[in-house]
Parts: sequence; C-alpha cells; structure tokens
Amino acid sequence: MTPAPFIPLGSLPRTTLAAWLAQGQLGLRTGPLTFRIHTREAIVAENLQLLYPHHLVANDPPFADFHVSIERPRGLRRWLRPQVEFRLDGFAPFLSLPAPQAFALLEWGMNWCIASHCHQYLLLHAAVLARGDDAVLLPAPPGAGKSTLCAYLSHRGWRLLSDELALIDPDTGQVCGLARPVNLKNAAIGVIRGVLPDTRLSTPVPDTKKGTVAHLAPPAEAVMEAGRAATLRWIVTPRYVAGSALLTERIARPEALAMLIDNAFNYDVLGASAFAVLTGLLGRAPAIDLQYALLEDARQWFEALRP
Amino acid sequence: MKAPTTAWSPATLAGLLADPAQLATLDERGWDTLIRLARRANVLGKLAITAQDLPADALPAACRPHIRAALALSARQARAVGWEIECLRDALDELGLPLVLLKGAAYLAAGLPFARGRFFSDVDILVPRQRIAEVEGVLLKHGWAGTHHDAYDQRYYRQWMHELPPMRHLRRGTVVDVHHRILPLTARFDPDPVSMLEQAIPATHCEGVRVLAPADMLLHSATHLFHEGELPNGFRDLLDLDGLFRHFGAQDTDFEQTLDRRARQLHLATPLAFARHQCARLLGTPVCPANPPGSSLTDALYTRALHPHHPLIDRPGSGLARWLLYVRAHWLRMPPHLLAWHLGHKALCRNATREQL
Repeated sequence: MTPAPFIPLGSLPRTTLAAWLAQGQLGLRTGPLTFRIHTREAIVAENLQLLYPHHLVANDPPFADFHVSIERPRGLRRWLRPQVEFRLDGFAPFLSLPAPQAFALLEWGMNWCIASHCHQYLLLHAAVLARGDDAVLLPAPPGAGKSTLCAYLSHRGWRLLSDELALIDPDTGQVCGLARPVNLKNAAIGVIRGVLPDTRLSTPVPDTKKGTVAHLAPPAEAVMEAGRAATLRWIVTPRYVAGSALLTERIARPEALAMLIDNAFNYDVLGASAFAVLTGLLGRAPAIDLQYALLEDARQWFEALRP
Repeated sequence: MKAPTTAWSPATLAGLLADPAQLATLDERGWDTLIRLARRANVLGKLAITAQDLPADALPAACRPHIRAALALSARQARAVGWEIECLRDALDELGLPLVLLKGAAYLAAGLPFARGRFFSDVDILVPRQRIAEVEGVLLKHGWAGTHHDAYDQRYYRQWMHELPPMRHLRRGTVVDVHHRILPLTARFDPDPVSMLEQAIPATHCEGVRVLAPADMLLHSATHLFHEGELPNGFRDLLDLDGLFRHFGAQDTDFEQTLDRRARQLHLATPLAFARHQCARLLGTPVCPANPPGSSLTDALYTRALHPHHPLIDRPGSGLARWLLYVRAHWLRMPPHLLAWHLGHKALCRNATREQL
C-alpha cells in the first residue's frame, strides 16, 4: 500500500482535519521534521487551519519524528474547569494547563520535543530570518522584543526560518527552517495587529505562564521554502528600548561566543563539534548589538546589511 | 492504532536492539514504532549503537537523524560520567577510600559491551556504612549538596533506606546516590555489603576505580529489579540482567555455580531465581533452569511492568499491575506499619516532578 501523499493542510475540509486529529493520524511537516498529532480539542483544529494552511500534511504517514497528543487528563478535572496535557508517546513533560490553552500548549510541546531530542543539530534559542540564502541569527532574552521584530521583518522582505529555535547542521554549518507560527506575547500582540493588519493572528489566550499569548501565521512563501537551508551571515541581538535612537555596537568575539553558548540547548551534548560550529560561525558572521525603538528604523537597518 | 502486542514482545525488541541484521529487515513503519518504544524505554542509545553497524542505505533516511542524535547523547553521557567518576574518585581519595561503582556507571567503567549506549542519570556508589558520615562530609566539600530537605524525606532516607538522600553537584547538576547497603535497613532480606565491598575488583576502563565482582554485580542488579517499586526503566534493567548473564556466562563456564554460591552467602537466592526466571521467560536468556519463584499472577504483573511503558503496547491492567508491584516492592522493603505510613504520606503529599509551563 503506498502511503497517502502530503497535501497542504488548508486544502482539507475542517471535518476531515478534525477526524485525522481525533484518530491520531495527522502527520504535519514543519521544515525537516514530521509531527504526528492526536487530539480531540476543537481549538487545536481551528488554529491549525488558521495558522498552518500552507504546511503539508498526510493521513497516517509511515514515519513521524514525534507522535504527540493533547489530551484531557483522567479524573474530575475532565469536566470541572477542564485541563489539557501534552504528551510525547504517552509521556507528559509538563503539568496540565486549562483547556483554552490547548493550542499554545501544542506549540510549546513541539518546541520541547525539538529542543530536548534533535541533537542531530546544534540547537540555539534564537529567531532566524533569511534573505535568499543569507541568514541572520537573532538570539535574545525573553522580553527583548525578538519575536515582535522577527514577525515584522518576516512580512517585510525577510524569509522566516524560525521564531524560537535555530537548527544548525554541525556538518555544513547551515541553518534549517521550521517556518512555524510566531509566538507573540502581551503588548506585542497589539503592536503587530497595528503594523501588520492583513496577517492571520490567533485569538489571544489570556492568563498563561507567559501572560497573554497569540500566534501569528508565517507567510506562505516562508512555508514553501522551509526546506531551503541558509548560511548564517550575521548575528544580531535586538533590544527594544522605548524612545531610543537606533544604536548599534559590535560585540567582541569572546563575548559573542559566551552568549551563543548560553543560548544553546545542547552545547553540552555536542561538545567539541558545537564549539567548532560556533567558532566557525563567529569567524564569518559579525555579532552586533542592536538597540531600537521603531520597527521601521530596524527594518531599514536590516535591509542595509550586506554579506 | 495499536501495534499487535506479540510483534513487539520484549524478546523481539531485545533482538532488534542487539542485532543489526534484524534491524535491516525493518521498513519505515517498523522504525517509526521501534524508535518510539526505544525512546520511551530509555534504550535509544543502545539502538543507535547497534544501528551504527548497518550500511547507511539499510536505514531509512528519516531515521538517520534520530540515530545520530542518540549517538551524540550517548557520547556525551560517556564523557560526563567519566568526568564525574574522576571527581568522585578524587574526593574519596581524601578519605583513603576506593571508589566502588554500582549499576550503570559500573557497567561503563568495566567496559561491558552490552552496556554501550546505555542511558542513565545518576551515579551510584557503595561505601562502608561506618564511614558514611565522613563520605557525606567530603562530598559536600567537593560541591555535592543534599537534596530532599523536608523532614519526612530526611527521615525516610536516614532511618529506613540503604542510601543517603541523593546528592546533587552545585555546579554540574549531576546526582550521586551514596549507598551503604544493598537493600533498605528495613527490608526483609539482609545481604552483607561488607563482603561485596571486600571482593570488589578494579574496573578495566577506569584507573583507580572498583566495581563489584561479576556474580555480585549480577546479584545486585537482580535484587534491585526484584525490590524496585517503580519500574519506568524495567525493560532496560531486564536487558542489563540479560547482558550480565550472557557476558559473564561466556567468560567463565563456572559462572552459574559461582552465582548460586554467592547468592546463598548473601541471602539473595530469591532475587537470583527471580532474575533467571524473568530473563528466560521474557528474553530467552540462556540461564540455569530455576524453579520459577512466585506464581502465574506475578508473571502476569511482570509481563506488563517489564515491557516498555508505551500506549502502543500497554495492555488492559498495565497501570494496575504497576501499582501492585509498587506496593509489593514496598512490602519487601519495610514492615507493614511503616508501609502503611509511607504510602499514606506519599498519597497525600504527591509532589509534581513535571515542569510548570
């Protein structure tokens, strides 16, 4: 029996999507990875349709990298203020969350799967954007405005590879894309709604551990080109500072190395090869600290970058 | 969709984990299930080590990244444990005590071939009971700090158990379990740890470090599987026993007799009979035929508990079986009044170990 072909998720009727999800047979491709998802939560199907229309899916693909589920834990909580749990092969790494957070939990769970298992890559906590085959790495601590800037640039000429996770192939030093939705928090949701009114944004979910969160759909072209690996040419640590002029400062290589190691999920796992990847990267890519207040100023600065 | 249970029996899985030729027969769908089961059973490292011996084209392209990732993890583990062992050896050196390793770290240090790629999290060591306070002091000085600070847990470990509360290194986050006995102080069996320490032998792959003599090593592993209440790694631990039987059996034709003699000396004949029975029954391990201990009920319980715990192959009653074995193990570990008290405490004060999002 030949396996069912992969088709764009948006071409599926809602009932078909819901049925594949309920049977645990939906295989969803994101960059190099396939997630097989099992859930009966309607909010997950709704958000997948809204945010993943261009991603390829198949019914019951023979191989998936991760088999995940969003399920209601047993017991009274099933009915009384229902909760949902993320599981990988039956294992629940997190405490359960209120059912309205089901889709956000799926996104976080998928991040966890990658960050704690995909040691075929050097994994950095950073956004990645590309222009053609030249990519910029945006590592930054939470609250620095990394996701907001990444969301904005991804609709202004830059191709979104990833909002949270940089997957670097240790052999080639190239970075792979996931092209998944951008996770926006709190004030960033309103900002993006204001500057990118024509984009698809999920209904904000209040009271999560990270505050109010919403997800922004990646542009169609970014999804179609997710398989196109890129070479990192620049490292930029963005810092949003209200009212500030745009200021940049070169980060010395030793400091930049320490910062990248800090942002790596699996530096300890890859050891010497991770060190080689990062020093190689710093040999060709300047590391720059960028302080900005206006997204448009930042966009112009990024546009002027030359490899 | 459930996989047929017989298709993924412990013996089938063990065969696949050990034999590249059997792996080569799997299609993509077979690999999909195998990787899921191996990941959950914590034996992905073993799978990767075996798959490494396959020609690249015998492995579906989609699986290769997982094998590569697991190889990286197992290399990291070998590096980290090697370093940890050196640090522990240097600390115990100050007391003039040799470092005696148990379980996973011991298999690694002894270079046992079946343990290549074995994942484990803590390093277990055995020290003389009368020196336990000094050992705790010197480890503190070298950066390991006690965990389990609440009064109940402190009492649980110090009055009843065979080990100190786990000690975590302040900088590296690694955990060492310091054992001074083989079984809890409150257990019904009382194997003599002194003679096990005295008969410990140098570890071939680690200078200045000791491991238990072959028969003692197997008896210790058997005793743990028999007494352990929680069996999240039951399948992996069963594979250890199988590996120990086969490896030492092949090296020494008198191994089974030595085992019997040591088991009698140490009062561990029951766990040994249990280990032989379960290994032969579930994995087809070549062992001396033993009178099966327990009953068809315990066999049914262990069949469930010693499979990888995965929704694909869990059977009706798997959860109940694991709970009954948990109670049984505690029954063996402590007298009834303590058991009732302990289970009551655990039921009321269940601590979530999972991450809060």
